[in-house]
Amino acid sequence: MPTPETPGGARRLTIAEALREAVAEEMRRDESVFLIGEDIGIEGGFGGAFGVYLGLTDEFGHERIIDTPISEKAIAGAAVGAALMGLRPIADMQYSDFLFECMDELVNQAAKMRLMSGGRLRVPLVMRAPVGATVRGAQHGQSPESYFAHVPGLKVVCVSDAYHAKGLLKSAVRDDNPVLFFEHKLLYGTKGREQAGGLDLTAEVPEEEYLFPIGRAVVKRAGCDVTLVATHVSLYRCLAAAEALAAEAGIECEVIDPLTLLPLDADTLWTSVRKTGRLVIVHEDTLTGGWGGEVAARAADECLYALEAPIKRVAALDVPVPYAPVLEQAVVPTSERITTAVLEVCR
Amino acid sequence: MLLVRRFEERVYYLFLEGEIPGTVHQYQGQEAVAVGVCDALEASDWITSTHRPHGHALAKGVTPRAAMAELYGKETGCCRGRGGSMHLGDPDVGMLPAIAIVGGGNTVVTGLGLAFKLQRTGQVAACFFGEGATNEGAFHEGLNFAAVQRLPVVFVCENNLYGASTPWERVSLVPSVAARAGAYGATGQVVDGMDVLAVRQAAASAVAAARAGEGPTLLDCRTYRFVGHSRSDARGYRSREEEEEWKLRDPIVRLRQQLLEDGSADEAALEAVGGEVDAELDDAVEFARSSPDPDPAELLTDAYA
Repeated sequence: MPTPETPGGARRLTIAEALREAVAEEMRRDESVFLIGEDIGIEGGFGGAFGVYLGLTDEFGHERIIDTPISEKAIAGAAVGAALMGLRPIADMQYSDFLFECMDELVNQAAKMRLMSGGRLRVPLVMRAPVGATVRGAQHGQSPESYFAHVPGLKVVCVSDAYHAKGLLKSAVRDDNPVLFFEHKLLYGTKGREQAGGLDLTAEVPEEEYLFPIGRAVVKRAGCDVTLVATHVSLYRCLAAAEALAAEAGIECEVIDPLTLLPLDADTLWTSVRKTGRLVIVHEDTLTGGWGGEVAARAADECLYALEAPIKRVAALDVPVPYAPVLEQAVVPTSERITTAVLEVCR
Repeated sequence: MLLVRRFEERVYYLFLEGEIPGTVHQYQGQEAVAVGVCDALEASDWITSTHRPHGHALAKGVTPRAAMAELYGKETGCCRGRGGSMHLGDPDVGMLPAIAIVGGGNTVVTGLGLAFKLQRTGQVAACFFGEGATNEGAFHEGLNFAAVQRLPVVFVCENNLYGASTPWERVSLVPSVAARAGAYGATGQVVDGMDVLAVRQAAASAVAAARAGEGPTLLDCRTYRFVGHSRSDARGYRSREEEEEWKLRDPIVRLRQQLLEDGSADEAALEAVGGEVDAELDDAVEFARSSPDPDPAELLTDAYA
């Protein structure tokens, strides 16, 4: 989806700035919204591991920005309990790898309370968590969104640009269900690290308020030959590969950012696959059991007869994320691997 | 207490007769804890419960009809048949669906307390759990967080000496659960969990402290489960002598004697209570039997709001 024209001139924000703005707007709008996590509001601290909450304590104070002990179970459990009582917590994991510390609170409690109560309770919480391999090794580099996309009762959002990050975070805060909100560590900043391909990671963000709905995918680049589905930094690698393929091989890729993994925007995906007849799914989560498998299976179910080639998945290799940059780059999906996959299905 | 005891006795036979599906974890012997604590709470206060929740549910105000129908898996149950024995609860009486993951409620309850604190509602949340849960990380994270935030929470340990079959002394070098509170700057107190008046008194103090913003108390209620952990438990890990000793401290017998001795009630009045309880349970069973099953067609709409 193109960024809407903004009256009075476009602003460009980073994802971190857009998220901060979303949080501030929602906290101003609704007294029941509060933040909870580690190192989020300490004076002289970090404003969260990636600075998203910097400066917010000045406006909202410590009562609504709650710094916790290093207790991920307490963070998630408190968020679940407060949500059950009608508040709208935005909980913060410093790294998505730490979500495994609170799987019980998220999977057994947050996701199931509504059903177990016979549909009488709601759990309107947001859990933000940064993903991605960024030379921090095996325990700070995973992309665990697929674990949660497997859980009925949760919603799973993956954002890749400032416009959608802001609109989706605001929707997540207003959603009456638990939303896992995944951001990629390479995509927060302005300049774009070399690892992220030196991308300009700002996007136009309107001054006026807007929401972007959970459960809607966007077509980032139109094309007729092959559909690429990718999230986070893999999306940008797909876009780079698509430009090169168009210039060098005359192959036009349609690149789709699903944005929400649960529930998936099936209409947008299958419409594209029926048009192109080819599907390549790219994610930084590992291959086996990754969400790409689910998309592939559903594509086979929904539009097998429209397919002209096998469905390909380009994913992180099935190993823990290694540290050495050369090894890490061998694990994650690169533009080269994406290009190879596209050429294979377009043979 | 009598309602809980006789409810559980009915459930036992109905389970054996195959009317109640699944499994049940029963509460006979521990009644004083649920009743004493819930009596110290206001109707607007909340509780979290465990895989052994029947007593908590009835004590907090879930009707025998709604509880029994839930065990039968009926649409009229307190969770519309979606919860079952291990997830009894009712938001209308201040009880979350019971949390059947050991220690699971110990972090969730801090969120209840946090909501009450932030909204200045004056409400209190009580969290029931067994001594086995105190070896879960959730127990420690929940208690520490509640303490540092001075949350209006009461942690109620139903210390029945065995985590399923495992004796407490096999899994803790610290004999007292209450002692663990000190590690977090909270108050811990050992309570005679077979004496409903003692439990009520201790709970009332803990609730008052919580409401006053003084933070959580950990009540270590020493009690005993008269029956097995679940219905397949032959109780080979403990002696019949030990069981008989604890049964001499039956909280219902004890209260009955106290009431007769101090003249609060006579035999006839106590008999009448028993009759009312039996009639209520007859009605509950009949209600559950005659209630409709849930409609599978509605199932997929229940997972999301």
